[in-house]
Amino acid sequence: MSALGSAIAAEWVKVRSVRSTVITLGLFAAVALGLSWMVARAFDPGGPADDAILPVSFGLLTGQLVLVTFAVATVGSEFSTGTIRASLAAVPSRGRLFAAKMTAVGLTVGAAALIVESAVFALVRFTIGDGAAPLTEWWTIEVLLGGWIHLTLLSVFTAAVAVMVRSTVIALSVLLPILFLSSQGLGNVEAIKPVAQYLPDQVGMVIMHMTVPGDPQFGRDYSAWGGIGILVLWTAAALAAAWWSMRRRDA
Amino acid sequence: MIEIHELTKRYRQKAAVDGLSFTVEPGRVTGFLGPNGAGKSTTIRMALGLDRPTSGRALIDGRPYAELERPLTRVGALLEADAVHPSRSAFNHLLWLAKTNGLPTSRVREVLDETGLADVAGKTARTFSLGMRQRLGVAAALLGDPDVLILDEPVNGLDPEGVIWIRNLVKRLAAEGRTVLVSSHLMAEMALTAEHLVVIGRGRLLADTSTEEFIAANSGSTLEEAFMRLTGASVEFQGGGGR
Ligand SMILES: Nc1ncnc2c1ncn2[C@@H]1O[C@H](COP(=O)(O)OP(=O)(O)OP(=O)(O)O)[C@@H](O)[C@H]1O
Ligand SMILES: [Mg+2]
Repeated sequence: MSALGSAIAAEWVKVRSVRSTVITLGLFAAVALGLSWMVARAFDPGGPADDAILPVSFGLLTGQLVLVTFAVATVGSEFSTGTIRASLAAVPSRGRLFAAKMTAVGLTVGAAALIVESAVFALVRFTIGDGAAPLTEWWTIEVLLGGWIHLTLLSVFTAAVAVMVRSTVIALSVLLPILFLSSQGLGNVEAIKPVAQYLPDQVGMVIMHMTVPGDPQFGRDYSAWGGIGILVLWTAAALAAAWWSMRRRDA
Repeated sequence: MIEIHELTKRYRQKAAVDGLSFTVEPGRVTGFLGPNGAGKSTTIRMALGLDRPTSGRALIDGRPYAELERPLTRVGALLEADAVHPSRSAFNHLLWLAKTNGLPTSRVREVLDETGLADVAGKTARTFSLGMRQRLGVAAALLGDPDVLILDEPVNGLDPEGVIWIRNLVKRLAAEGRTVLVSSHLMAEMALTAEHLVVIGRGRLLADTSTEEFIAANSGSTLEEAFMRLTGASVEFQGGGGR
């Protein structure tokens, strides 16, 4: 196995060998499924057809708070427990260790998001029954694909922030208030919208059909896939900054 | 072989390690001594590439640690602060370490047996006593069967049986021709274990000599007496009754 492959295999052992992984990912599933189910039960069939996918978005956007906690804690515990010293002694190339860690977190989050999203979609379809979102419509696929990319990239973004601040608590104190913006709908408040709509948790809203471009109140200045593009930029910037911080600091 | 060349580490204004040079030769146990805050752990962290020196170099077999391929097979280290996630089992802690360097799972079982942890391998590190955590740290250091061992206060927290175990282990490793550097504050233990001593104070080299010569040169009858005489001037942190 290549040196990077070995480092990724080791990071995967780390992820799967602590109980908090099972707990947080289980909680992510429970929150996403629970909220989607409640919203789906209140579904009003009289509205536009694509409203039938909204319970999925609501569930995932609330569950993301837990998923982000998993990503941040996985990285942060490395620093808080001192494991980082053992890791760097075993993998002295900081770039390699960083790449391995981000890959392991990204793959775990991506897989968890895929499984939970599929389950949420199935549950919502079952709950709504007639008029449920069909997989043959582009807007259904867009929400599912966009939601999966949003959850995965946002988690990697937050994991990179945790590397920068080298602490679970500090990272969550900075990130969770920002992430709550979406659940509180603050991204739509007129005074802060010009800036707030570009925050990493907000840019997935269009593709997840929580808002549409051009809407006078909830509208955004970018398209569905434009929003995903902005999230890619946020993630790339956070990864670059985290890599730079990891390279130059003492362990 | 470990070579420390003019190594300096400054934290803000204070030099923790200050122009330190010494060489640790294979085939014998070298004791690394100095009062609290002398810079032992800082030197060891720099030798392992964990901290970046302000200036100077630390080389393992002629190369910086960071350039070693599969470093666990070259250098085994026990660090002062234990570096284990409390909710990970001993087995899994050693397993991820083994994976980083492409070592087989059979090595994990071997070092668990060697350190007497086989029965508690599945238990999380949170449930471990100080001595058990120390044994786990030693197991991690032995994992890659390295030629160089750097142990920062290995007997810290060990019961008398554990102390004897470390003493014999360290002596055996040196007798096998490996390079062994051990830091400790237990002078009686060091006198029994180390043939050679590197003594530092305030980040500077105070002595680099055989244990026998060190005791004789500082006109002590025991290592402790000789150590106190030599380092008296460079102790920074003094207990009650001091100035
Ligand atoms: N990260 C750090 N930031 C600031 N100062 C530090 C840091 N690490 C060590 N120091 C300082 O460097 C000096 C040397 O510390 P070090 O831990 O290397 O000593 P030591 O010889 O291992 O002591 P001990 O016997 O108590 O373990 C101390 O004065 C310590 O306060
Ligand atoms: Mg120390």
